[in-house]
Amino acid sequence: MRDTTLVVAGMATLAAGTYAIRLSGQVLRTRISFPPRAGKLLEAAAVVLLAALVATTALTQGHGFSGLARPAGVLVGGVLAWRKAPFLVVVLAAAATTALLRLLGVH
Amino acid sequence: MSSIGRTLEGSVRRDIALTCLAVAFIGMSYGAIAVASGFPLWVPAAQSVFVLAGASEFLFIGIVAAGGNPIAAALAGLLVNARHLPYGLALPDVTGRGWRRLLGTHLMNDETVVFTLAQPDPGKRAAYWTCGLGVLICWPGGAVLGALIGSAVHDTSAFGLDAMFPAVILALIVPSLRDRATLRAAVTGAVIALATAPFLPAGLPVLLALAAVLLLIRERPTPPPEAPPERAAP
Repeated sequence: MRDTTLVVAGMATLAAGTYAIRLSGQVLRTRISFPPRAGKLLEAAAVVLLAALVATTALTQGHGFSGLARPAGVLVGGVLAWRKAPFLVVVLAAAATTALLRLLGVH
Repeated sequence: MSSIGRTLEGSVRRDIALTCLAVAFIGMSYGAIAVASGFPLWVPAAQSVFVLAGASEFLFIGIVAAGGNPIAAALAGLLVNARHLPYGLALPDVTGRGWRRLLGTHLMNDETVVFTLAQPDPGKRAAYWTCGLGVLICWPGGAVLGALIGSAVHDTSAFGLDAMFPAVILALIVPSLRDRATLRAAVTGAVIALATAPFLPAGLPVLLALAAVLLLIRERPTPPPEAPPERAAP
């Protein structure tokens, strides 16, 4: 791990900020009416961020391509999730596919 | 808390238990991935207790492990957690008062909100606390167990652990991706991130993906000729 102090500062920021967000919704509830569309946009923004995280962690390693084995495993997991397979099956199938491909010499 | 359990139907209690079990499994993959990415055990352990919001913790670990700035990672995590604001607005008064509210506020998360809103009124508070406390136990418990297992396994790439992380996140967002507009924005965001990843510092491509949210702002059906932006009615 890199600079521990900085990582702890990041962790504290995330924890305190998240608590503040949780609290503010309840406090505001009685005082304002929040447009539902803003809530939908916030939710969509979170999904976009997470989708970008999926794409970069599945396909890249440093500044280059990660190789085929990892994205193939993620793809299998994604198809299973779309077909509403149980969470555990999705995750294990992804790992197993990648591991199997590596065993066969695909990287 | 004995009065809380009694006000819930058996089937609801069983569903909450199964959900908490799933949370524990996600926690295990989280702990294992964090350790495999080079973090000591206390990082996922502390995050799982004090943040208690899985997707943002995964994001934080992912960005920092890729070499990104931890503060930038925390801000990205907060953006992901911004959905708790509308959660707080949508929930009825279930957290209680005084010291209970301090803890009750912390228990607000995706699963808890889903169960609470689905309950008829007398059961809402019981559902909130039962599921919330279950997650508070299962998420950190799973994370620590996963971190211990992850520490014992040396060559994690041979087991495909690096594929687990994106698969977990993907499984979490699949329900939202069934909405076509959201799917389009998510794919656009992913393409932006991938296109910029070869030459931008780690963590930044993921944040740039947010530009794709603009698609949604323009696309949402709004009543025709739109009036100049005014403040929403109070």
